Amino acid sequence: MELSPSSLPLPETAPESLGKLAQRSGTRSSLEKMPVLQMIKRVIRRNVSGYLFLLPAFLIFGLFVWYPVILGFIMSFQSVDLITPATWVGWANFRAVFSDPLFAIAWRNTLEYTGYALLFGYAVPIILALLINEMRHGKGFFRLAFYLPVMMSPIVTAFLWRWIYNPDSGLLNALLNLVHLPGGLWLETPSSALPALVVITTWSNAGATMLIYLAALQGVPAQLYEAAEIDGANLWKRLWHVTLPNIRPIMLLMLILQVIATMQIFTEPFAITGGGPQNATTSVVMLIYNYAFQYDNLGEASAQAVLLFLALAVFALIYMRMTRRSMEGD
Amino acid sequence: MALLLKGSPDLVLKSGRPKRRRKAAVSEASERTLVSPLALRHPGGRLLYWLIFVLLLVSTLSTLGPLYWVFSGALKPTLELFETPPTFWPMHPIWSNYIQAWNVLQLPLYFMNTLILAGGAVFLQLLVSATAAYALSKLRVAGKGIIQFAFFSTLMVPPIVYLVPQFVNISDLPLINVSLFNSWSGVWLPEAASAFNILLLKSFFDGIPAELTDAARLDGANAWQMFIQIILPLSRPVLAVVTIFTVIASWKDFLWPLLVLADSNLQPLTVALYYLSGVNSNLPFNYLVAGLALASIPPILVFLILQRQIIRGVNLTGLKG
Repeated sequence: MELSPSSLPLPETAPESLGKLAQRSGTRSSLEKMPVLQMIKRVIRRNVSGYLFLLPAFLIFGLFVWYPVILGFIMSFQSVDLITPATWVGWANFRAVFSDPLFAIAWRNTLEYTGYALLFGYAVPIILALLINEMRHGKGFFRLAFYLPVMMSPIVTAFLWRWIYNPDSGLLNALLNLVHLPGGLWLETPSSALPALVVITTWSNAGATMLIYLAALQGVPAQLYEAAEIDGANLWKRLWHVTLPNIRPIMLLMLILQVIATMQIFTEPFAITGGGPQNATTSVVMLIYNYAFQYDNLGEASAQAVLLFLALAVFALIYMRMTRRSMEGD
Repeated sequence: MALLLKGSPDLVLKSGRPKRRRKAAVSEASERTLVSPLALRHPGGRLLYWLIFVLLLVSTLSTLGPLYWVFSGALKPTLELFETPPTFWPMHPIWSNYIQAWNVLQLPLYFMNTLILAGGAVFLQLLVSATAAYALSKLRVAGKGIIQFAFFSTLMVPPIVYLVPQFVNISDLPLINVSLFNSWSGVWLPEAASAFNILLLKSFFDGIPAELTDAARLDGANAWQMFIQIILPLSRPVLAVVTIFTVIASWKDFLWPLLVLADSNLQPLTVALYYLSGVNSNLPFNYLVAGLALASIPPILVFLILQRQIIRGVNLTGLKG
């Protein structure tokens, strides 16, 4: 049996707590004579405190992450309704999911959410952070004002915006009337309901992303700006060649994270439009919810979730790649 | 999965002194930004600066305006709330709406439930994440690579993906056949699994010098004593960050408590408000508005009080609320 020097067990007499120091001076001769059983015992004893400290995490992750993740894959091939025992159905769940006309609608909507979220949800925090970072006055106030929606309970936000969008007594149409513009049936029209919801998600999330960009902007070294200025670079050139390249890694990461988050959109359509009008705002996660908790078809819901997982995994892998590269870069 | 691993190597604050130096460096950097101080002395530059200032000020109306709308709306009678066009100032403010809403909507109960859920979440997340992070960072663990992979690969699986099996799981836990449905532990336990917190705490613990733990070991301290007397006291900043973000996440949590807590006496504020503001609720509309206004006060207060810690947390972790 070969052992690498780093995994040499401690001699029996040395207290375990002596750590690496004792480990290095561990005698090789006693090791060779050691019976296997005793060695295993020793390995266990040396690791016992480590494993004891890992025990709570093992229990919690095992029971509430690893197990349900595996169960999800199993359930996607089963017929499950919580009352009768589950039965294997092969690919039937996936076939049923694909043949549901709502499937295509929900995925198209979800991609549309993502598109709109990239259109304004992505740019707004960057612009806010760039502008606020230049302010010599009221920086704290701006930060507070734009971060406030992040802290609000999502249901308060949902209710608030349902009211703002209300065609008759809502704030939005009232403001539009003030400047003599026609109001609209924002949430009642299929074509405007989805963008209207993205406005809400942008409103409630931009502040958090803004804080991250502000932190990134603080990290741009001042000397770079000064050097660029001495070289005669004007404001736009400095923005383009100094600021943006310096925060580009964060911008890319935020892009991926925002895509991953938007593809899981649920609360806003669920609590504001209920997926309507005419399914124009039904998202994939809403569909999963409906399959599972409205139609009690947990198997097909799991099949949907597996498909969503595969789609998200693509972005998650890109994200992991990028973080690993940026960590190696440091 | 709102996290940013980029920050993790930097977030290691070693000990008192380097931290202060780091802070000083940050504040120096913030003095010089994209716009040169020289340009701001020109009249043209000054004008542009103040124009942008006013522009930002006006755009804060997009977040402060709706807040004003709720707080002022809560003072109106229901009839006035449904007027077209709406009134921008309440004609005859009814301050008692707030007191009525507090009682009629049973807000004390729901605030209490929210607090209990958040408290349990903080306790369990800290317990699970800190112990695991400590073991992975400072203790000898055979198969560390596999264990870390098992924890950190779950970062790629957003909880929504296993929402349905999780629900099946907690309604009938394997082996012990206990149902956590309609109990607070049904919310606490699944949310205690946070690979991100383990990662965050582990990176911080990695930055605590080995000399400290080695010295303690030589003095005869066991793993538990080192954890309690050295690691935890040195990690207060990062523990505070984990606590704050756990509280915020728990405060905003909606879907999972909605599914698990069917009993209205156990529900947190978000879930209760969802039912109270639903189509079937027959509450007076102005009470509802007042209730929502009251529900948005705690997060505002929390941010005002903990602003510095939250911003430091974002700087440390890139963690989104």
